[in-house]
Amino acid sequence: MAVEEFNMQHTTLYRKKVSLNMRHLFPYLIILPGLIFYLLFTVYPIYSQFQISFLHWVVTPGAVSPFVGLANYIQAFHDPVVLVAARNTALYIIATVPPQMILGMIAAYLLVTKIPGAAIWRAAIFLPVITSWVVVSYLFSYLFNSQEGLVNGALSVLLHKDIVIPWLQDTWTANGVIWLLAVWKGIGWSMVVFLAAFMNLPKDQIESARVDGASSLRVWWHVILPSLRPVITFVFVMLVIGGTQAFISIFLMTQGGPANSTQVMLTYSYQQAFVFFNFSYAAAIASIMAVLTFGLSVLFIRVLRERG
Amino acid sequence: MSVLEAIAQQRQSAKYRIFQIIKNWKIDISIRMLIILLFMAISIFPFFYMLSLSFQPVGDILTFPPVLIPNKPTAVNYIQAWQENDFATYFINSMIVSFGTVIGTLIFSVLTAYGFARYKFRGREFLFYLFLASLVVPGILLVIPQYLLMKDFGLLNSRRGLVLLYISSNLAFSIFLLRSFFESVPKELEEAMRMDGVSELGILVRLILPLSMSSLATVAIFTFNGAWDEFVLAYTMITSAGKRTLPMGLALFLGEHTLAWGQFFAASVIATLPIVLVFIVSQKWFQQGISIGAFK
Repeated sequence: MAVEEFNMQHTTLYRKKVSLNMRHLFPYLIILPGLIFYLLFTVYPIYSQFQISFLHWVVTPGAVSPFVGLANYIQAFHDPVVLVAARNTALYIIATVPPQMILGMIAAYLLVTKIPGAAIWRAAIFLPVITSWVVVSYLFSYLFNSQEGLVNGALSVLLHKDIVIPWLQDTWTANGVIWLLAVWKGIGWSMVVFLAAFMNLPKDQIESARVDGASSLRVWWHVILPSLRPVITFVFVMLVIGGTQAFISIFLMTQGGPANSTQVMLTYSYQQAFVFFNFSYAAAIASIMAVLTFGLSVLFIRVLRERG
Repeated sequence: MSVLEAIAQQRQSAKYRIFQIIKNWKIDISIRMLIILLFMAISIFPFFYMLSLSFQPVGDILTFPPVLIPNKPTAVNYIQAWQENDFATYFINSMIVSFGTVIGTLIFSVLTAYGFARYKFRGREFLFYLFLASLVVPGILLVIPQYLLMKDFGLLNSRRGLVLLYISSNLAFSIFLLRSFFESVPKELEEAMRMDGVSELGILVRLILPLSMSSLATVAIFTFNGAWDEFVLAYTMITSAGKRTLPMGLALFLGEHTLAWGQFFAASVIATLPIVLVFIVSQKWFQQGISIGAFK
């Protein structure tokens, strides 16, 4: 009897101990698969990109790639194409972020009140967002085709003479088409975010301001915009980061041409890597972009936190 | 001057009249409708034109000025693209890769997010922020090291390799979204189940997951959309024609078939349809996914 009791006590104690250990280990066990995945395919590549950027990468298998320090970075700062690409990346952000935000906000504002068929209009404006970049890039390069493109066709009909503008063969018209595509594709995204923000507006405050006789412009300036500030900052940050990522449209529409004049940082990096096989130089350019993007985001988050 | 006269005079004033026009709901809404329709037309028109081109025979496509509505609509572009030019294969490849990515992402992100949401352990905050950090390092920046890594693993030119990279790139956002939802499930239910002797995994499967269906749907939809549209990694890593996904198949098609725009746009329509279908079925979750970052 006593032995049995002892045994029982022993086993329950033992069980408790095992389950206690399991309890401690369990969280680690369940985050482990995701963590390993993430470390291997995302964190390690971030590290190895920096590492490669300090080497002179030799493509031949088994060969040792010599360490060259900052040579690739120094080369980048003296490369005229990097300068053009940096300019184009900056211009891409400047030219596409404000229009996306303003037009997205207008569309959201128009759709937030009851309007017949609002769900359909919303879905239609969102359609470009979900369509693949490959499809819309070729679609736009077809629309702006110099020979049989619709834009030149429409201009010809309107002006009663043959218009053959080589949109994508000239630096600034090509950049213009690239920016237009980005804005067109992006409006729906900021619209959806602003729409959600409008739904959460402080309705009492707006009402009482209206009752107090404030004009709608004043209500906008003093009540609506301040309460939207965090969302506006969020959209701004996301679009700026998105702007630094610009790649597919340029890669497919102009290949960075004519004469590298529409190249952005990432298309140039890609070309260096996979056309010229200068992996280290390409990694240096990508690393510069990674540091810039990360720095910008941290800065934005700080600003956002400080303003509460 | 009587009060009535004063009011009459006020009504006469131009300012009041404009005020009344603005106040007039019917005019207001028609102006709104007009602007909205303009927005919609601009968003939709290129797609309408793409659809029209996909039904035009080669002769119509290359005429100038361009034809807006096909004179004699034909499905020949679709048939040729689907049968002769392997878009059926690319479609299947895209399906395999996208579903593989969705399943993998769901499994890994559910487990990890559950760990972060429900347990206190050493290093939790650090590890969570490690995941979050990649949200601000765009995936496209990592093409070079990821390509070299896959080369080392012998996973270049394989759909499996693509799936691995896609899963990894979706983890941060999915974990972020799921963790915040899991945290909102009341702990009392969980404790009650634990008292009844249900295992930790049992609690996840029987309690948490059934309550999180809409968040899981959001993750699944975003992951599917991302994998379906992904171009750069596929274009860089896949070399044999039989393994191409739709976006890279589209991009390479025009180089291999000059001026076959009709077929190209037919294939584009085929590539766009599944995403549009998913979107129509799941609009609510789409918008939840987009706005969650803004408000959390």
